Amino acid sequence: MSAEYIEDNSHLSDEDSVTYDEWIPSFCSRFGHEFFCQVPTDFIEDDFNMTSLSQEVPHYRKALDLILDLEAMSDEEEEEEEIEEESDIDIKSNDNTNNRTVNRSIIEHSAEQLYGLIHARYILTKQGLQAMAEKFDHKQFGTCPRYYCSGMQLLPCGLSDTIGKYTVRLYCPSCQDLYLPQSSRYLCLEGAYWGTSFPGVFLKHFKELEDYVERKGKEAYHLKVFGFKINDLAVSGQRMKWLRQWPATDEEWDEFKKCEFELPTIQHTS
Amino acid sequence: MSNKSGDIEMGSESRVEEIVDDEIVDDATDSSEYVEMWIDLFLGKKGHEYFCDIDPDYITDRFNLINLQKTVSKFTQVVQYIVDELDESVLENMSHARLEQLENDARKLYGLVHARYIITLKGLQKMLAKYKDADFGRCPRVYCNFQPLLPVGSHDVPGIDCVKLYCPSCEDLYIPKSSRHSAIDGAYFGTSFPGMFLQAFPEMVPRHPTRRYVPKIFGFELHKQAQLARWQELQRLKLEKKLKGANFDLTKYGGYKN
Ligand SMILES: [Zn+2]
Ligand SMILES: [Zn+2]
Repeated sequence: MSAEYIEDNSHLSDEDSVTYDEWIPSFCSRFGHEFFCQVPTDFIEDDFNMTSLSQEVPHYRKALDLILDLEAMSDEEEEEEEIEEESDIDIKSNDNTNNRTVNRSIIEHSAEQLYGLIHARYILTKQGLQAMAEKFDHKQFGTCPRYYCSGMQLLPCGLSDTIGKYTVRLYCPSCQDLYLPQSSRYLCLEGAYWGTSFPGVFLKHFKELEDYVERKGKEAYHLKVFGFKINDLAVSGQRMKWLRQWPATDEEWDEFKKCEFELPTIQHTS
Repeated sequence: MSNKSGDIEMGSESRVEEIVDDEIVDDATDSSEYVEMWIDLFLGKKGHEYFCDIDPDYITDRFNLINLQKTVSKFTQVVQYIVDELDESVLENMSHARLEQLENDARKLYGLVHARYIITLKGLQKMLAKYKDADFGRCPRVYCNFQPLLPVGSHDVPGIDCVKLYCPSCEDLYIPKSSRHSAIDGAYFGTSFPGMFLQAFPEMVPRHPTRRYVPKIFGFELHKQAQLARWQELQRLKLEKKLKGANFDLTKYGGYKN
């Protein structure tokens, strides 16, 4: 079971070498895990950073040891503990080796969840933001599929901070919209591993990004037939102009100022 | 596509690549042994999923080909080649280079006739079936909820820009996911197709989603982004008011939904 997580197939026959493989780098280099950055072990070893995570992930201790490559228990010890821990799980076979592989995969699953949640915290720190900025610069989260965003890099984003609710989405700082990953390999990634605050914190931290977006061209598409715009009152008339609209005239900037804290009531339009 | 981020990255480039690959050679030399029609072979090629089949009658009607004569050399021969009416002996006597040229010309002419055909009644019907099957892909925007897309060109003249995809839900333009599609000339679909399509099938115009995303930090919306979102919502409400004033039913096709 654990073998599939290791890139190098030569390890397949040699089960023991699994433990020698560093868990974090191997997890991050797995196919489809390109959005993850490597969390340094000293961040994970700091108990303060782990606050309340033990309640969110089953087998927290074992999972943490696995992540930190500390699972140096003897086989006997391991078995005992596992039987204790997994007593609620229906074990069909009495074959010990079989049980152990099942358990190993359960712990592996917990370790992934735990790492994901640690990751969501780490990428909000200065160091983590820097690591994510590097990925952002290398377009590792992809570029905006919207034509007029002309290849703006995207940022991963969660819609919930709890595991199991939403898969990862991608935020475009240029059109300020949310997209699904283009490649199917990212469609099943858990969104909570990046969290709801990441794009916001990233924008606040790297102010130059906002300035860049503001200077960028604000072109938008208008549907036309033989060069003519479709009448607003037609069913196919333009309805979404506002979504890509930015204040342009003095009047619109005045209006924009009124929107600072609330939606103003609509004036009679000319 | 072995490149790790190849699918996503190639987006911004707008160079028009000829739809040429090594398959041509095989097609040309083997064509005498196949009973399959040229059009079927063309449509069956990887990356040609956006094209519909044009009636041979439409292609051979000179009236439909007005102003296309100069786009390819040996126009009549190309038309005959497309509809499989070119004499076998003519094909057999052609040089390899000439056959390749003929195949490329046929693909180009097919594309240009295609742009005209898909805004006819019959062509629109065929594109409707493809749209319903989401052959052109679906909108990547989260709040568009997998809305099927429509192909569109930014020019009606070939060789300028590649095909783009129009979303009838957010009314925006997207780059095809696959490089196979994003390299196709936009003129093979034309600038008017989505507009014609939605006017012909108003029941295909979705209700447009008003939901949108504002980045948050620990639950609190970013100030600037929230302000812009409010201003944009104000613009939407103004349009809504105007449409209501003209008795447009916003709960139906072309209206809004949350
Ligand atoms: Zn964008
Ligand atoms: Zn859309």
